[in-house]
Amino acid sequence: MELWFSERHTSNVKLSIRVDRQLYSGKSEYQRIDVFDSLEFGRFLVLDGYMMLTEKDEFIYHEMITHVPMAVHPQVKDVLVIGAGDGGVIRELARYPEIGHIDMVEIDPLVVEVCRKYLPLTSCSLDDPRVQIHYEDGLKFVRSRADAYDLIIVDSTDPFGPGEGLFTREFYGNCYKALKEDGILVNQHESPYYPEDAMACQRAHKNIVQSFPISKVYQAHIPTYPSGHWLFGFASKKYHPLRNLDEGRWNQRGLTCRYYTTTLHKGAFYIPAYVEELLRDVE
Amino acid sequence: MLSQERAPIYEALQEFEKKRVVPFDVPGHKRGRGNPELVSLLGEKCVGIDVNSMKPLDNLCHPVSVIREAEELAADAFGAAHAFLMVGGTTSAVQAMILSVAKRGDEIILPRNVHRSVMGAMVLCGAVPVYVDPACDKRLGIPLGMRVEDVRNAIAAHPHAKAVLVNNPTYYGVCSDICTIAKLAHENGMLCLVDEAHGTHFYFSGQLPVSAMEAGADLAAVSMHKSGGSLTQSSLLLAGPGVSEGYVRQIINLTQTTSGSYLLLSSLDISRRNLALRGKEAFERVIRLTQYARDEINAIGGYYAFGGRLLNGDSVFDFDVTKLSVHTLDIGLAGIEVYDLLRDEYDIQIEFGDLGNILAYLSIGDRSREIERLVGALSEIKRRYSRDKTGLMHQEYIEPQVAVSPQEAFYSEKEMLPLDETIGRICSEFVMCYPPGIPILAPGERITRDILDYIHYAKEKGCSMTGPQDPQIRMLNVLKARI
Repeated sequence: MELWFSERHTSNVKLSIRVDRQLYSGKSEYQRIDVFDSLEFGRFLVLDGYMMLTEKDEFIYHEMITHVPMAVHPQVKDVLVIGAGDGGVIRELARYPEIGHIDMVEIDPLVVEVCRKYLPLTSCSLDDPRVQIHYEDGLKFVRSRADAYDLIIVDSTDPFGPGEGLFTREFYGNCYKALKEDGILVNQHESPYYPEDAMACQRAHKNIVQSFPISKVYQAHIPTYPSGHWLFGFASKKYHPLRNLDEGRWNQRGLTCRYYTTTLHKGAFYIPAYVEELLRDVE
Repeated sequence: MLSQERAPIYEALQEFEKKRVVPFDVPGHKRGRGNPELVSLLGEKCVGIDVNSMKPLDNLCHPVSVIREAEELAADAFGAAHAFLMVGGTTSAVQAMILSVAKRGDEIILPRNVHRSVMGAMVLCGAVPVYVDPACDKRLGIPLGMRVEDVRNAIAAHPHAKAVLVNNPTYYGVCSDICTIAKLAHENGMLCLVDEAHGTHFYFSGQLPVSAMEAGADLAAVSMHKSGGSLTQSSLLLAGPGVSEGYVRQIINLTQTTSGSYLLLSSLDISRRNLALRGKEAFERVIRLTQYARDEINAIGGYYAFGGRLLNGDSVFDFDVTKLSVHTLDIGLAGIEVYDLLRDEYDIQIEFGDLGNILAYLSIGDRSREIERLVGALSEIKRRYSRDKTGLMHQEYIEPQVAVSPQEAFYSEKEMLPLDETIGRICSEFVMCYPPGIPILAPGERITRDILDYIHYAKEKGCSMTGPQDPQIRMLNVLKARI
């Protein structure tokens, strides 16, 4: 049997993964949700036809979106996570005992339900007592908060669907307001490679630069995402992602990671010339 | 009578496409073959039905088959005796309405806060306006509806007027007591005309103000392309039983194109079908969304998203709750400034901003996620830009001094003067902010210091001003004669 999942990365490029079997297919108020088993990437979650994560390479994304700000901010107590229905970000955050409270805002309850059932690898910490899940629009939730969080992580889908509002100027501005005076915002920042993704990336950067005094971009290699080259945004009111990186403090924690190291942390902020140019154009 | 499930023009176009008729008639692009760039812009489907009037597709100037049926269905859906499909915008519907009832020298009783198309019609036919001053809300600075008592007085003072014209609703959503006004007009041998450009949805929900036809009005211009969902520039003129269909058709044909677009006509047809079949639920959803947005915007603080609380039984007899109008002066920003910030900083385009308010247009196409963006952006604008409100002007309505009829003024001997030298003279052209397109000055009105201050202030705040011959509005045309 030849059963393949294909995702179009551009109108002329697609990535296909051979599917062993389909585990789930359903439609929520917001999107179509599918879970497949594959030989190469293990289980993977697909929303509206877009690959969200695979069991094999999700560690890269979740480690990079979480440990980079955690190694910079000296004392994270209150965290807001937007999106992240798969639970991967929560799993990484749960490894830090000093975190006292995590608000997770996911618009689609069905995504969480499906991930709890089919993706225990990422959803394993959703029942951590520090986590409070809010099924709400992220833009709406953050609008009502002020001076409340040390860290906001935006683990959104692409900006061409329900996640569109999480790439806007008003959203980043509302996040600024919701952060404490030394708060950090980290977001998934799309890919700089294919032109359509690069435009989304550039727009997001423009909107963040206009909202935060410090705004840097770092990268990771994620095999199943378009082009494999993925960016994250690091925006902050006070801390610089390199100058305020405390390698000793983080390494003393003894957390084992498969992608993140404090050495890689430094390297991740050194981005290719064409990406620098793409971002500089809107700074 | 056909059922509302049918869409005769749309169905005829589908039949026509199947026949693969060879075109040796206009339009010259011949189903797009002669203009590939147009096809790549609009798509084959679209250029394929851009065809001319012909027997199987009827003729808008003299409808006898599918257009006639579509008009009958529209009349039935809107509770009118007859409906005319219009392809020249609601402007053409408003003009046909006025040209149908008034000729040179005839008087029409109307509020001053009418759309420019009403004044334009009076320039064309030579009718003379008798203004009823709309009441004004002091806090919001917006013109409201007409008080019944003021209409009664105007009728008593001008017993030979041909008609009373009512906005149902105004751009801001304010409705006058149209039932009583229609009754008053009829008792005095006058017709009741209604500019219902912003009220298409009134016909399809029990939770909204009364529609013109239900109120007994004689003619109503309905912008199907606004809340009705049809293509821009398509519109309806509705007529009650007291109006001659044939005469109104003659009037429409004086100025309407003889090449009515089938894109526009079919969009009217299927939009009417959609409203008749699904309008009620669709507008109930719009009402819920707007109410949600209003509550959330009011919760931000500083903004005032106004609604039903304005009701006073007279000049605000009813309010269209689908209109999301927000008063912005209390955060220290003019409406037009918020309007510009929303577009320039947040990529959000709203309908208009005036001196003290903005209006966001919500419709059957809106979704919660866009509402969240709008509310989020307004909250950010307040956080980032709010300031002291002293020095902001909020008067929106300046009572006009009418010296001569619009037609006489428009066609008189005139001279062009620098703006500030025009005080006391009679203006011969229109000056307005667009949108909302309600004239600050209309031809025949005296220019005063207040009006010039308003124009200067609106220009300074970035309002887009239109109307005069000089696009920069540094000069104005005034009557040579000093009256």
